[in-house]
Amino acid sequence: MTEQVNLRRDYSSKLTIQQIKQMERESRRQNLGRSWYKFSRNPLSVVGIAMVLILVLLAIFAPYVTPYPKHAQAFTDFANAKLPPSWQHLFGTDQIGRDILTRSIFGLRSSLLMGVVVLVLVVPIGVLLGLLAGYFQGTWIDTIIMRITDIFLSVPPLILALAIASVLEPNLWNGMMAVSLMWWPWYTRLVYGLGVALRNEYFVTSAEVTGASTAHILFREILPNTISPILTKMSLDVAWVIIIGSMLSFVGLGVQPPEPSLGTMIADGARYLPDQWWIAVFPALVIVIVVLGFNLLGDGVRDMFAAEEI
Amino acid sequence: MIRFLARRIVYSIFVLLGLSIVIFVIARIMPGDPARVAVGARAPQWVVDKLREHMHLNDPIVVQYGFWLRDAVQGDFGLSLVTQRPVTTDIIEFFPASLELVLFSGLLSAIGGIGLGVISARYKDTWIDNAVRLFSYTGIVTPSFVFAIFFVLLFGWILQWLPIIGRVSEEVAMPPLVTGLVTVDALLAGQFSTFVDALRHLMLPSLALAMGSIAQEARITRSTMADNLNKDYVASARALGVSERSIMGRFLLKPSLIPTVSILGLDIASTFSIAFLVELIFNWPGLARYGMQAMLHKDLNAISAVILVLGAVFITVNIIVDIIVAQLDPRIRLSAARSE
Repeated sequence: MTEQVNLRRDYSSKLTIQQIKQMERESRRQNLGRSWYKFSRNPLSVVGIAMVLILVLLAIFAPYVTPYPKHAQAFTDFANAKLPPSWQHLFGTDQIGRDILTRSIFGLRSSLLMGVVVLVLVVPIGVLLGLLAGYFQGTWIDTIIMRITDIFLSVPPLILALAIASVLEPNLWNGMMAVSLMWWPWYTRLVYGLGVALRNEYFVTSAEVTGASTAHILFREILPNTISPILTKMSLDVAWVIIIGSMLSFVGLGVQPPEPSLGTMIADGARYLPDQWWIAVFPALVIVIVVLGFNLLGDGVRDMFAAEEI
Repeated sequence: MIRFLARRIVYSIFVLLGLSIVIFVIARIMPGDPARVAVGARAPQWVVDKLREHMHLNDPIVVQYGFWLRDAVQGDFGLSLVTQRPVTTDIIEFFPASLELVLFSGLLSAIGGIGLGVISARYKDTWIDNAVRLFSYTGIVTPSFVFAIFFVLLFGWILQWLPIIGRVSEEVAMPPLVTGLVTVDALLAGQFSTFVDALRHLMLPSLALAMGSIAQEARITRSTMADNLNKDYVASARALGVSERSIMGRFLLKPSLIPTVSILGLDIASTFSIAFLVELIFNWPGLARYGMQAMLHKDLNAISAVILVLGAVFITVNIIVDIIVAQLDPRIRLSAARSE
């Protein structure tokens, strides 16, 4: 509290731009510290971030940490096929003798890559459209953008993603494109709602009357106030994108063999139930762990920003 | 209310039209000649040319869309490449199986989710509450096809409690076709043993589909009830000596159900899409499995029709949810009436 008072008094005295920038940096650092404090008060969030870090590191260093890196590609060893879990093969081996633990860790790579790439593609587009439609609410820009958004939101994303993926050549990149095409409307709708509420705030109006450009108002005035809900949604969405990606490869429209992917491994393993249960069950458990980790992390971010609406 | 509904329906028609444009564009971005795909690689060129003429493929894309839309409105989506039958016939045959699965899983999520949520709120902060919350979390983070695999393994193979393939056992005759829902048809025909058999077959796939929404419903019901538990009207009901049971059942439940119903509707609608994978695993002869086959064979007519049908279902369910929510919450009903 005293901090704020000080800040105001300092502004009224003669401060150089440099000093003000310095103070801004200082308070930003303090905010970060406070956010981490809020985040880390819930032990589950910390567990979540630890799980995610471990999974990401495993995926990055897969060639070095897996016991049989060669098994990640087309590799056959029929003498050791369908071995149950043992100390040599913790998760057992699959129908052509490849180590399932190794392939699961390599499968993490495409899952995590999918989560990251889809969000990187989708968030800027969705946010930009949402900002435009929200700021120009009631004009033809709003009408066009939001009606198109409604159309994409009128079908569950999985179905259209499947349809697009099936029309294109099935592989990881086209799978990402298909999911991305389905995902941007969620961000557009989120930012639209926030933008409509913000456009009549005083700081926006005062920027308007001082002659700020539309770009300045959109990106410097409105956007910074929508960041925490966007980040919250992103952290919760990673898990969903990974699930949808694994669904695509489960039905054969995602990553193609021999490239390892958790969805494909589950689909292959399902044919060997119940006798060789480990072929399907371990990759399935890995997906559950990945999704659990990202969900715990996402919930932590949501609580940190107190973004109840997401 | 009627004008509110009319507006929703007109708006939905426009959304469906938009969806049809999106689908049409998707179907046309596929590389290759649809006519060539339809007749196969060995057909002579003049057959392909004739079919191109017949399919209006030589016209501009807008004209093509016009012809496609005209046929689609009349319920004609062309022939399916996989089954070699009109797509509409296929959809009429496969849709009821999916509908039965989705409706039953919706029933399970409503009963299971609301039930668990109420129990959790009633015994808030005890081990029962914690157990339900742990269950909810597991349910939310586990994809339905993973549940399906676990259920097949556990209940189908290890315990052998329930069948895991198809809609009825092989030795059981299908009941006479009335609604297409085997359970309902069996009851209508008075074949009680068939009904039980069909119900047993429904159990695992619909439970696998429902797990996610049971978990979500339980979580939402619990949190809304827990919020409302601190409201003044509950305290005054308690002060008046109303029994805890009646507070829970009559005063708290109804207002607390509004968010649950909204989410339940969305969940039921998206269940149709998750059913794509679950139907594959349980070999369930439904629309989703049909759509999946169509996608794997690039059967464009069938893909477009399946997506349009599912879009229509999704939109319809949303309108129904709006009506139910308005019935539960007089404020929404009144404000809708006033704003019209």
